[in-house]
Amino acid sequence: MPNQTVSPPTSPIATQAGETLVKIANVNKHYGSLHVLKNINLDVKRGEVVVVIGPSGSGKSTLCRTINRLETIDEGEITIDGNPLPKEGKALAKLRADVGMVFQSFNLFAHKSVLQNVTLGPMKVRGKSSAAAKERAMELLKRVGVDNQAEKLPAQLSGGQQQRVAIARALAMSPKVMLFDEPTSALDPEMINEVLDTMADLARQGMTMIVVTHEMGFARRAADRVVFMADGQIVEQNTPEEFFSNPQSERARDFLSKILNH
Amino acid sequence: MSSYFSDFASLFEQFDVASAFWVNIQLTFFAAIGSMLLGTVLALMRVSPITSMRWLGAAYVNIIRNTPLTIILVFLVLGVWSQLQLNLSPDFNKNFFRYAVVGLAIYHAAFVCEAIRSGVNTVPVGQAEAARAIGLGFLPAARLIIFPQALRGAITPLGNTLIALTKNTTVAAAASVTEISALMKSMIEFRPDVIIAVFLTVAIGFVLIVVPVGLLTTWASRKFAVVR
Repeated sequence: MPNQTVSPPTSPIATQAGETLVKIANVNKHYGSLHVLKNINLDVKRGEVVVVIGPSGSGKSTLCRTINRLETIDEGEITIDGNPLPKEGKALAKLRADVGMVFQSFNLFAHKSVLQNVTLGPMKVRGKSSAAAKERAMELLKRVGVDNQAEKLPAQLSGGQQQRVAIARALAMSPKVMLFDEPTSALDPEMINEVLDTMADLARQGMTMIVVTHEMGFARRAADRVVFMADGQIVEQNTPEEFFSNPQSERARDFLSKILNH
Repeated sequence: MSSYFSDFASLFEQFDVASAFWVNIQLTFFAAIGSMLLGTVLALMRVSPITSMRWLGAAYVNIIRNTPLTIILVFLVLGVWSQLQLNLSPDFNKNFFRYAVVGLAIYHAAFVCEAIRSGVNTVPVGQAEAARAIGLGFLPAARLIIFPQALRGAITPLGNTLIALTKNTTVAAAASVTEISALMKSMIEFRPDVIIAVFLTVAIGFVLIVVPVGLLTTWASRKFAVVR
């Protein structure tokens, strides 16, 4: 397949915000003989919302996970706010604290209450006092609409509520950028929107976001830029209006025809 | 028949069975604490990101687990104490007691390590990823997120190890500790008239000690199960 990479268009918001926050340059990754990321180049500007879409197995989740080094890379470089990703140790932990991550399976700490889930990072990583962390956590839980569940255990909440707590947990670290790895894929249909609305709010408030999703509605609504991946490559990227109405590559046209006409 | 019972009763006047069992309980208690601490450290080593630590932990477990407990205790007493003149206590009996505790702890730490490691395997990988994603390093993530859940998942295998430890305290006789199996040896020697009763006494004594441990672990594993 030809690599029809379109030069990245600059969205209005991104132009305002200016400088690059996340820079992914010439990244390659293999799982054994499988080449999962093929020479990926992607710059995300401060305040920009980038939605990564593509068929299953296209490497989009892997790409998302390389940004805070939950997946290592074989070649290339990833920098966040000008700092290359450290390989391991304290420096890596420090960087991860600045990168919020929301997982497909929520991954709330199962033995901790909702409130403890949100206060743990600020207290143990940032060294905040218990009172300050709790106050901020309640504020965030209120913002995502689950403040009345603060004392419950994660298993007592619905999937949508758990995922909103996970978003609050990530926000509590005051991250520079938020990564969303298919945040609604494990949710019942009626809970998808409550999570997407929370994410759209975040986007409006200027959070830099990289979102891997199958929710095309969210991409249209909240994205500054849509990145389309297939077979480990970035095939095409554009504004959501342009991408959905006028896809440039055959691969993207094929993908969109399959998901939009059902 | 009634004379058999009175003979049997006289056994308890002649020998201090309760005190001997008390020694076994003390051995169990201290060795359980020691093996729990050492086993937790070993489990940490075995799941750590540092290759040499993992190797060291695996080597310990595989060597100690495959060595008979008697060998370890005899080695401590004849090899370490007798040859190196290393006293753990100026008191002669306390010294042997402490050597027995050390030997039991060293031996059972290998099993505790494997029990905890099986508990770590019950914790979904996403928990560790989420811990790392908020900036926790290996040790804080292990202490705050992974091990609290792993220990709850390991209650049943840890209980099995504790039961094995309780019964293995009888091997402390090899380290010259006067516990119940040492006492049993004397009882057999001096009271062959009630030999069946001697065996039954010791067996029932252990059942009475071990059954509550089993019940407790079953209860605790339900009570502290992590709801997912």
